[in-house]
Amino acid sequence: MMSMGALAGLSLGSLSCTRAGMEEFLQKHFREMSEDEKKAVIRRLEAKYLKKYGKKVRISTQQAEAGVLWGYGLDLSRCIGCRRCVYACVNENNQSRVNPQLQWIRVIRLKKGSLINLENAEHYYNPETVPEPGFMYMPVQCQQCENPPCVRVCPVKATWKEPDGIVVVDYNWCIGCRYCMAACPYKGRVFNWAEPNLPAAELNTEVHYLGNRPRMKNVVEKCTFCIQRVRQGRYPACVEICPTGTRKFGNLLDPNSEIRYLIENKRVFRLKEDFNTDPKFYYFFSA
Amino acid sequence: MEAWRFFKKTVSMVFIGTKGYYLWCAFLLTVIGIAITFYIQQLDAGLIVTQMRDQVSWGLYIGNFTYLVGVAAAAVLLVIPAYIYHFDPIKEIVVLGELLAASAIIMALMFVLADLGRPDRFWHIIPFIGSLSFPNSLLAWDVIVLNGYLVLNTIVPIYILVKIYFGAEPSKKFVIPLVLLSIPWAVGIHTVTAFLYNGLAARPFWNASILAPRFLASAFCSGPAMAIIIFQILRKTAGMKIRNEALFKISELIAYSMFINLFLLGAELFKEYYTGTIHLAPMEYLYQGLHGHHSLVPWIWSALFMNVTAFVIFLIPKTRENLLTLNIGSFFIIVGVWIEKGLGLIVPGFIPDPLGEIYEYMPNINEIAISLGIWAFGLLIFTLFMRIAIPIQRGDFIHSRYAKPTARPQYERIEP
Repeated sequence: MMSMGALAGLSLGSLSCTRAGMEEFLQKHFREMSEDEKKAVIRRLEAKYLKKYGKKVRISTQQAEAGVLWGYGLDLSRCIGCRRCVYACVNENNQSRVNPQLQWIRVIRLKKGSLINLENAEHYYNPETVPEPGFMYMPVQCQQCENPPCVRVCPVKATWKEPDGIVVVDYNWCIGCRYCMAACPYKGRVFNWAEPNLPAAELNTEVHYLGNRPRMKNVVEKCTFCIQRVRQGRYPACVEICPTGTRKFGNLLDPNSEIRYLIENKRVFRLKEDFNTDPKFYYFFSA
Repeated sequence: MEAWRFFKKTVSMVFIGTKGYYLWCAFLLTVIGIAITFYIQQLDAGLIVTQMRDQVSWGLYIGNFTYLVGVAAAAVLLVIPAYIYHFDPIKEIVVLGELLAASAIIMALMFVLADLGRPDRFWHIIPFIGSLSFPNSLLAWDVIVLNGYLVLNTIVPIYILVKIYFGAEPSKKFVIPLVLLSIPWAVGIHTVTAFLYNGLAARPFWNASILAPRFLASAFCSGPAMAIIIFQILRKTAGMKIRNEALFKISELIAYSMFINLFLLGAELFKEYYTGTIHLAPMEYLYQGLHGHHSLVPWIWSALFMNVTAFVIFLIPKTRENLLTLNIGSFFIIVGVWIEKGLGLIVPGFIPDPLGEIYEYMPNINEIAISLGIWAFGLLIFTLFMRIAIPIQRGDFIHSRYAKPTARPQYERIEP
């Protein structure tokens, strides 16, 4: 397998024989790079993005702050299923728009009376107006598990949990085997089945290396709680856009945070708790 | 000097053969050539050229991989009786069985490679050079055990063949420990491959402890069935001496394995259907169809029909010892287990997906062409192995000092 892999690697047409192409091929795992190596990689990537999109992209490698563990709250009583969060996320995080169309948030429509069995969940509901009587809506995205099955199965450690609890992917290290997608109980991961289709005009230039920087084909990506925003003290894009105040966000280690208030005062539950994945994504009903 | 002659002759023999040999190799090379053009497209455009999507993220490639790991593991079924019980007719074909295993492993690894989105980053998975996530990831385990098994199943037959070439008896001290090691290793590769799926709580269809035993049972059907067909072909085309008795013995072992396979399937069906929890859904999708989606239903029922029929054929001594029915049974098992363990195992794992969505997957022409190419490559490798191994075993390709017919050494000869 190894020699065959080397052969395939050598014969890979997409890998240009330029210096940048060679550097990309030999690029180390993000967590094994020195600060200087990181800087060199950032410079190379910024040059690459400038060439591709004609825009100056600023790639942050800002680290997690000590004493922070991000948690998310979602009020199922308030969600009206408008999917504004889905599209705010796509715009913020530079997902491929079409062929393939990638979305990190999926809102499912459930008939009232059933919550645990998702087999009758409707993914492509499309009424004139929402909400509709008799239905409730449940947005699902990466639940940022404390015990993430996706991280455990990755054969090359291309995905890991950051100190602030966010599960991230090194897009330059992922080998595209999709084992993590099979392991995730929440459908939290999507795959770039082709070269992402991201119009230059819609490119968000404020990016994080482990988050919303433009991706390449055949790698896995996922929600990072908008790592590029939250590490700068901003809310994730989905929290900001939500017109009904369904979405809450905060530091689980801060006793005065809104998320702590919710956990202590509302009747929260977590999706598929029986899997022992220990998600940091809390659903609750305010009414 | 002699080693150089051995090497030179080996290379030249590969290029010399009958008309049938040339035609067969040309056919395989054509299939491989077509597959390469499809693979280049896949490299260029990405895995979007397949029918796989986020909902069903593994398909035909991983199905074939699973099946072929089973075929490779089954070499042990030929090894155990030959070495432990000194069952003579089988001993003759162990070398070929192990070369079949090596070819199957090469194919299995190529299927993983075909499925890999970024083969250019392959080096990330190489221990010490990349960052292989051992022991956390079962895929890392698989990389290690499969490559180890490949080495093992290449060393033993090559050693034996070289020894025979030099007119010497293979050293038991060297061969026996390696063969004894290869037996648990064979069980190991298929267990690890089963655990690859088994360890995913998110996929109730795979998250059943019966999976690894079922994998082994079905592997011990398909691998030997393939061996039965291949040995008959070699007997016809390459003049290899294999007694019918050996084939019948193998088919008897298949009957026992198929019984266990069907029994375990029954146990699983009972548990899922009698309890009828939401975890029944993938099974329902496979056998009955779910919410109007039933593209796998005709496939799995054909597989069940073929497996049961073959079981009956192999159970009854009269049909098992008739070459026509034996071959029908072997063919049924090869195809039946391929369906059961290929698409029938991989696809329902993803249907319905963890959020209840149903996306029906059927491989398209790109995946089929690439898969056929890998099969052709494996068959080509096996053909070349046989081109060398059979003349050595027959005593036709031998050390120059024995090359004169009168001067052949007196060692255990293979006679019909």
